[in-house]
Amino acid sequence: MSNWIEVASLHDVPLAGARVVESSVGDIAIFRTHGDEVFALLDKCPHKGGALSQGIVHGRRVTCPLHNYVIGLDDGEAQGHDSGCTQTFPVKVENGMVLLSLA
Amino acid sequence: MSRLKLVVIGNGMAGMRALEELLKLAPERYDVTVFGAEPYGNYNRIMLSPVLAGEKTVEEIMINDLDWYRDNNITLHAGSEHEVVEIDRVKRDVVTRDGLRVPYDRLLLATGSDPLIIPFPGVDLDGVITFRDIADVDRMLAATRELKHAVVIGGGLLGLEAANGLFKQGMQVSVVQNVPILMNRQLDEPSAVLLRKSLEERGIRFYMPVNTKEIVGNDEGRVSAIRFEDGEEVPADIIVMAVGIKPNIRLAKASGLQCERGILVNDTMQTFDPRIYAVGECVQHRNEIFGLVAPLFEQAKVCANHLAEYGISRYAGSVTSTKLKVSGIDLFSAGDFIGDEDTEEIVFQDPHRGVYKKVVLKNNIIQGAVMYGDTLDGSWYFQLMKDQTDVSDIREKLLFGQAHLGDSGHDGASAVANLPDTAEICGCNGVCKGTIVNAITEQKLFTLEDVRGATKASASCGSCTALVEQLLATTMGGEYTPTSGEKSICKCTDYNHETVRRSIRDAQLKSFRAVSQYLEFREPDGCHVCRPAINYYLLSQWPGEYQDDAQSRFVNERMHANIQKDNTYSVIPRIWGGVTTPAELRAIAEAAEKYEVPTVKITGGQRIDLLGIRKENLPKIWKDLSDAGFVSGHAYGKALRTVKTCVGSEWCRFGTQDSTGLGIKLEKMTWGSWTPAKVKIAVSGCPRNCAEATIKDFGVVAVDSGWELYVAGNGGMKVRVSEFLTKVETEDEVMEYAGAFMQLYREEGRHNERTAPWIERVGLHYIKEQIVDDDKNRTELCERFLLSQQYAQVDPWAERANQQQTPAEFVPVKQLA
Repeated sequence: MSNWIEVASLHDVPLAGARVVESSVGDIAIFRTHGDEVFALLDKCPHKGGALSQGIVHGRRVTCPLHNYVIGLDDGEAQGHDSGCTQTFPVKVENGMVLLSLA
Repeated sequence: MSRLKLVVIGNGMAGMRALEELLKLAPERYDVTVFGAEPYGNYNRIMLSPVLAGEKTVEEIMINDLDWYRDNNITLHAGSEHEVVEIDRVKRDVVTRDGLRVPYDRLLLATGSDPLIIPFPGVDLDGVITFRDIADVDRMLAATRELKHAVVIGGGLLGLEAANGLFKQGMQVSVVQNVPILMNRQLDEPSAVLLRKSLEERGIRFYMPVNTKEIVGNDEGRVSAIRFEDGEEVPADIIVMAVGIKPNIRLAKASGLQCERGILVNDTMQTFDPRIYAVGECVQHRNEIFGLVAPLFEQAKVCANHLAEYGISRYAGSVTSTKLKVSGIDLFSAGDFIGDEDTEEIVFQDPHRGVYKKVVLKNNIIQGAVMYGDTLDGSWYFQLMKDQTDVSDIREKLLFGQAHLGDSGHDGASAVANLPDTAEICGCNGVCKGTIVNAITEQKLFTLEDVRGATKASASCGSCTALVEQLLATTMGGEYTPTSGEKSICKCTDYNHETVRRSIRDAQLKSFRAVSQYLEFREPDGCHVCRPAINYYLLSQWPGEYQDDAQSRFVNERMHANIQKDNTYSVIPRIWGGVTTPAELRAIAEAAEKYEVPTVKITGGQRIDLLGIRKENLPKIWKDLSDAGFVSGHAYGKALRTVKTCVGSEWCRFGTQDSTGLGIKLEKMTWGSWTPAKVKIAVSGCPRNCAEATIKDFGVVAVDSGWELYVAGNGGMKVRVSEFLTKVETEDEVMEYAGAFMQLYREEGRHNERTAPWIERVGLHYIKEQIVDDDKNRTELCERFLLSQQYAQVDPWAERANQQQTPAEFVPVKQLA
């Protein structure tokens, strides 16, 4: 059973941007796409640990600021010829609030 | 949307390249059926020469094997029994020889070309063959095992490759043609003479110019010799006819499609029947027909774009260059290398070394080039030709090559072929030569983009791009032709930087979305390449009006600090002209202690770097520094970095002018401006040049009578010494030139292109025209620069440090226990 935690209002997260939630499992990046979809990934690029929350968000992807790995927001998978995967977390928006589950 | 039916006639390079491009863009749009005359998958026809020469196997030149068709749900009918014999344009289906009918919504003709056959008496004899496909190569290889004498008719590219291959397989080879110059479509007389000499030294014989009278046969109906008009006979067990190709238009013609020499197509590769497209050697576009691979690929891309219903790209013809795939022979030619009464030529000849280079110029713009023996700079001339660069200022060194210009990105290209496989090519991503070469051969990569995708080489800072391109060239031999089209900004669009910029200006586009909609980007959101570029173009076009988009900025420019490998940041306050005070140093020291900065480092730009600062501490340390009078040093941005100075006449016994004073003035004028790439300035107080002003984007060197101005230098992995722009008398003039230069660069440089490659692209002559010769233009440029500076000179640190609350981007939105 998912244990939803309210972490932010949707408007706290910039459009085509991200905010960080500190947690016991490490920093989690909450992304908001241009189309107002919300995703949550461990804030750690599978390549060399770059902070994905600081990358440029385009479509449903984010480009890691360290070496330009492009990571899919929905599955955490490195795109193109790169390989690697970062952990995803269930996240949803209800009444304008972003809810995250660490379960 | 239900899937449409696409039928492709022709399983060669152009047709399959178009399909590959289409699958990338719209994999679900079509059910695809392919008809091919040869009983194979798709192979790299231009590599038949190395197969004939025994340097490659047929397996090695396969591009797509049968699995590829199956994996992509493509129905392939390969073999002559399935040849399409009729197109019913009313019912919209095609009919094959064995009676199969396949309907289409869109049809792509890629029927290629046929070898030309001159109808000499005896041409039908056994042993007269052409050089076009795998079957021809098999026939030739069979001959080499049993027979001795080969005659090749035609001394063009294909003929010489055939001759070389047969010779390497052990035959005695003679080349026969009726004109005096070998490869006369690609070479002029001196280079052709060198080529002939080199091939003769290997043992190939030439009969030229001669007129062939007939092909002589023996009793068994097999060829035995070739006889010329003058009665001379040369023995021949096989004769290879390689005199040219003609577009294969039989089917198109029979179907009533308009044809002249080839199938007529428009700029979107459509025939007169808009449902029917055509690409490759079978087409005639703007009165040109095609025989080289680079234009075919460009056509394929445009065609795929339309089939995918993007409808934004056009084919406007190609500029091509050629190399000969004969190992050990270096030959390059491009454009109009013969010239006419309006052109001039620069020639370099060293017969002893077997080197010949000629560049044809018209009004100081390269029209064409032909090179033999040393072709290292071929791609450079080709680029200058495509960019229409005015070369007046480099004429005297032009033929000695790019390396003699103190270039910005040609590092060691000549040496790359000699490097061991373990040599690291891409220092950013740790990719070595062997990895790249293997990827090129095993994954059949053709372009720089392919290599970037497959290996990551050249995908980060891009400084090894020239090396990777060189590797492509050496690995693929003559097959590699650098793209002759203008490079697009990124994969989201086919438009280049200039078109995007023009559209922003002319169509008054004022947001990324407006640009991506207006130009129909494939990705409405863009990507990490185009978003920052377009954000910059918008900012420079609409100063004071366009709102900078933080989410389109690379992290460093968004956070106003440099991200480090552990996700901490470095902070560099501005130290005007490199001059500081004990009070300032004390403030930096206190801030460093207070925030427990792990590393304090003096930079090369005469400043102090505080490294290892956590994100949430950035606004706090900025506040302390700001209170002490510091502003951001913009060490993180595509912006004015430092103005380096020496102490100058104030203290130095050699100093002729106040270099620190001028340096500070220049920095006060230029700080805060956003530029296409980083900009560094320096001012030296005398010609000893202690501030290293001649390796800066804009350098000033004091002399007794005034100031010398230099542009387009840089340090970095390949040092490039700047070029002399002009000399002025007063500090005010230096300021105006600096402002004008900054603005011209801001308006015309491509995003991520430093001043050195920019000036190599447009030519120093152009810069001089704009800001030295034209006083009015210089004044206006400087005025525009100062106008944009009114909006740019806001200290981003103070802005963020002095807010009541820490700005959101620096702190977590939530801390869970």
